[in-house]
Amino acid sequence: MIYKHDVLVVGAGLAGMRAAIEAHNQGVDVAIVSKVYPVRSHSNAAQGGINAALGEGDTWESHGYDTVKGSDYLGDQDAIEILAREAPAAVLELEHWGVNFSRDETGHLGTRNFGGASQARTFFVADITGQALLQVMFEQLVRVGVRMYNEWFVTRLIESEGVVRGIVGMDIRSGQLHAIQANAVVLATGGMGRVFEPSTNALINTGDGMAIAYRAGARLMDMEMMQYHPTTLKGSGALLTEGARGEGAYLLNSEGDRFMKKYAPNKLELASRDVVSRAEQTEINEGRGIENCVLLDCRHLGKDLIMRKLGQIHELALELAGVDIVQEPVPVRPGFHYPMGGIKTDVDGKTTLDGLYAAGECACVSIHGGNRLGANSLLDTVIFGRRAGAAASEHSRALPSPADSFPLGETALQQETERIRALLDRPSVGELAAKVRWDMGVNMVKHCGVFREAGGLTEMGDLLHSLQDRATRVHVGDKGRVFNTNLTSVLELQFMLDLAVAVQVTALTRTESRGAHTRTDYPERDDEHWLKHIQLQYRPEGPEIHFTPVTMTRWEPQVRSY
Amino acid sequence: MDVQLKVRRQNPEAEGEPYWKEYALAVPNHFTLLDALIQVREEVDETLSLRCSCRSHICGSCGMRVNGHANLACKTKLSDLHTDTVTVEPMGNMPVIKDLVVDLEPFWKKLYSIDPYLQPAGEVPEREYVVPADSMLHLDGVVNCIMCGACVSDCESLSVNPIFIGPTAFAKEYRFVMDPRDAADTQRLMQMNGPGGVWDCTHCFKCVEVCPKDVAPMDRIMAMRKMLVDDGVAEKHNGARRQKAFTDIVGHYGRLDETRYLMKSVTMLELAGYAKVGLRSMTHGKLPPLLPHRIPDAARIRRIFERTRSTYRRRFKLHQQAQEGSRV
Ligand SMILES: Cc1cc2nc3c(=O)[nH]c(=O)nc-3n(C[C@H](O)[C@H](O)[C@H](O)COP(=O)(O)OP(=O)(O)OC[C@H]3O[C@@H](n4cnc5c(N)ncnc54)[C@H](O)[C@@H]3O)c2cc1C
Ligand code: SF4
Ligand code: SF4
Ligand code: FES
Repeated sequence: MIYKHDVLVVGAGLAGMRAAIEAHNQGVDVAIVSKVYPVRSHSNAAQGGINAALGEGDTWESHGYDTVKGSDYLGDQDAIEILAREAPAAVLELEHWGVNFSRDETGHLGTRNFGGASQARTFFVADITGQALLQVMFEQLVRVGVRMYNEWFVTRLIESEGVVRGIVGMDIRSGQLHAIQANAVVLATGGMGRVFEPSTNALINTGDGMAIAYRAGARLMDMEMMQYHPTTLKGSGALLTEGARGEGAYLLNSEGDRFMKKYAPNKLELASRDVVSRAEQTEINEGRGIENCVLLDCRHLGKDLIMRKLGQIHELALELAGVDIVQEPVPVRPGFHYPMGGIKTDVDGKTTLDGLYAAGECACVSIHGGNRLGANSLLDTVIFGRRAGAAASEHSRALPSPADSFPLGETALQQETERIRALLDRPSVGELAAKVRWDMGVNMVKHCGVFREAGGLTEMGDLLHSLQDRATRVHVGDKGRVFNTNLTSVLELQFMLDLAVAVQVTALTRTESRGAHTRTDYPERDDEHWLKHIQLQYRPEGPEIHFTPVTMTRWEPQVRSY
Repeated sequence: MDVQLKVRRQNPEAEGEPYWKEYALAVPNHFTLLDALIQVREEVDETLSLRCSCRSHICGSCGMRVNGHANLACKTKLSDLHTDTVTVEPMGNMPVIKDLVVDLEPFWKKLYSIDPYLQPAGEVPEREYVVPADSMLHLDGVVNCIMCGACVSDCESLSVNPIFIGPTAFAKEYRFVMDPRDAADTQRLMQMNGPGGVWDCTHCFKCVEVCPKDVAPMDRIMAMRKMLVDDGVAEKHNGARRQKAFTDIVGHYGRLDETRYLMKSVTMLELAGYAKVGLRSMTHGKLPPLLPHRIPDAARIRRIFERTRSTYRRRFKLHQQAQEGSRV
């Protein structure tokens, strides 16, 4: 089938749904496609909260400065100004739509502390903020009545000579491929955590949108900037929110020391994530860890506060690690969490391709630069989701109906149908997708982890070549069409390998240490040479590297200490 | 440790009947059922289909029946099950698409049917709505619902009464009814008083037992029933009136007196509609006696009723307190 809409949003997390609601409000015909039901999107995992300078005495400048400093001066300051200025309205909008944000005794919005922030400006719903926001956003999507294509897996864009006019996707339930033609496509496909093993991310976070855009010719940016969260559980890699430290939890090494005193004497456990993760990894590397972990100690917070504000992490630690955080400290370590990099966009979500927009975790505006501050990402999704939805609508209004790109959709659909058939027809012997992904993930953490150096990165480059070769022999054991999750996992593997290469290439290119990117062979930040972004353009022979300047408005780079 | 998974499978393309397939695995002790199923899917049998994503009981994807009861696979620790063989089936009350994947479309439709979004009245304030901190905190208990469908899967009412709106949608409805910012209460209460509404819950406790997020849908339903009664809305509902009439009469006379029951449970207008049935029964000698025989032991029955009522009240209260406790 060929479907048609003015604007098509891919991804029904917070960013995608916000974009779709905006497009609907702008009066265009909009639809939303998602490989899982909207409320299953990974936005639901956000525990901690969402930032805004809404409180008495807080200013957008202060929020902006904290974000710039957190980004290690790699964030684009025009975009960060927009983020900080629009934050209060965005959070209030969510409140008006129904989010049951926690209140203080007077019935007004209450806040909690979060890492890297000079003020308590994080608004929250217990430790289920993402879940609460996602539910409400979905409620609003239902209210306005946006057409949903749920459990559809987008496999590629309909693109010709730098112009994007829709997508090809598979209805997972029937296994049938369809094209959806649109004047503008907004990608809001979320993160790429599964490139790394272990990771805090859901199994669906395979970076599809980033890889699809990259293959179609859009540029990726800041791909060397990968955030490792300081408190992930040993074993499963599940995340324990920064809200725990925000409420006052300590980090201890094997000697029982609050080691953050050494690394960030002022902010201690609430320094930026890159700083805390590096400190932990240093303690572990220097022999003061416990089985590759340090300890997160919540005991002094008391049962009452833990149950009231940190119930979800109490449950997670108990279920996944068998530790009752009321009674004992829980072992944690830095774990892969969030890509600061993604599809390069301007402040209206426009990518380097005509008709293609991106927002949320898959995009790189760049708000987060070298390191994202906790609770700035939910904010990123709603602000830039809305802006991308608006810009895509405007773009669409200037064009004739999407029907005019008809032959393009037909051709793309045909090519894709053949490609998938060929995949299914591969003999049932050969590589297992899961095995290739595992080898990629474990080695990405090893060589593109908290600490990196030229030797390991080069080794990773070679390894990725061989993994890509192995991937061509991966087979699809399930030959059926209905709900073939085996097939989608093979398609996802191909996306992830492209992104792994992007991370490895940019990490090798940046010969300095900035934000989450720490090169042991280049330990200093080098503003003279590296106050710039690395962008990648897909070429069959390997990524083509470009450099672009960082936009500075009012904040000069300074030495970064917490 | 060694586990034996017995999985109920079904492939619509092969048009075969459902069948059981067993997988013997050796897995680490900390493994969840989801970990084990993923291992099957990745290494043993790629044709096995299931939904999963977050692995940490927050996305609601992996609902299935484990040893006969709905749960999240990612919340089920194999070592806690204490059975040699773990039976795994798709959720109930929903048609199977393939293997452990069920059709959720009807589930979402029911959710949409309650207008699941905040409907405030009046001007939108410049800042936030100012509301008691506790009222927002109280909502956390239902906002916790991850729409996994476990409660719907095992709901006893739904298995015989497909129009029942069901535990998930009613938990959601409660979230709005209890939200001081929502102004559509009357409309919401009227709707839940209607067909498929809260009176169709059979009180089986299943949803409370299986909910992985302690949402306790039945408690929410009971709370809303109480609101209906308190607000006088329930008076207009046959289900509510019949239920009350039945217990009142049996509790007092020790047996059902059909004539009284009819008089007490329908309106005058509806009573007129029964005239024809009444006449036919009379001519066929089926009319119940107008003055019922009292049974000798009515007093004992009254005592049984009293005892049951108070035990139930006590149990319900305890249960509610436990729920509140775990929710704070
Ligand atoms: C454990 C955890 C805790 C976090 N805590 C916080 C926090 O406290 N504060 C904060 O600000 N941020 C937090 N974050 C980050 C934040 O939650 C995410 O960055 C953000 O929610 C991403 O939203 P999104 O809309 O961009 O993507 P997602 O919510 O991930 O949605 C992606 C969507 O894209 C769809 N999709 C993907 N690929 C395809 C395809 N091929 N075809 C069709 N559809 C597709 C998916 O179905 C999904 O609907 C946290 C992240 C994690 C992992
Ligand atoms: S208590 Fe009511 S809603 Fe809950 S499972 Fe039983 S019948 Fe269904
Ligand atoms: S109420 Fe509980 S069981 Fe029912 S859908 Fe919500 S979380 Fe799942
Ligand atoms: S995988 Fe998300 S709830 Fe189980």
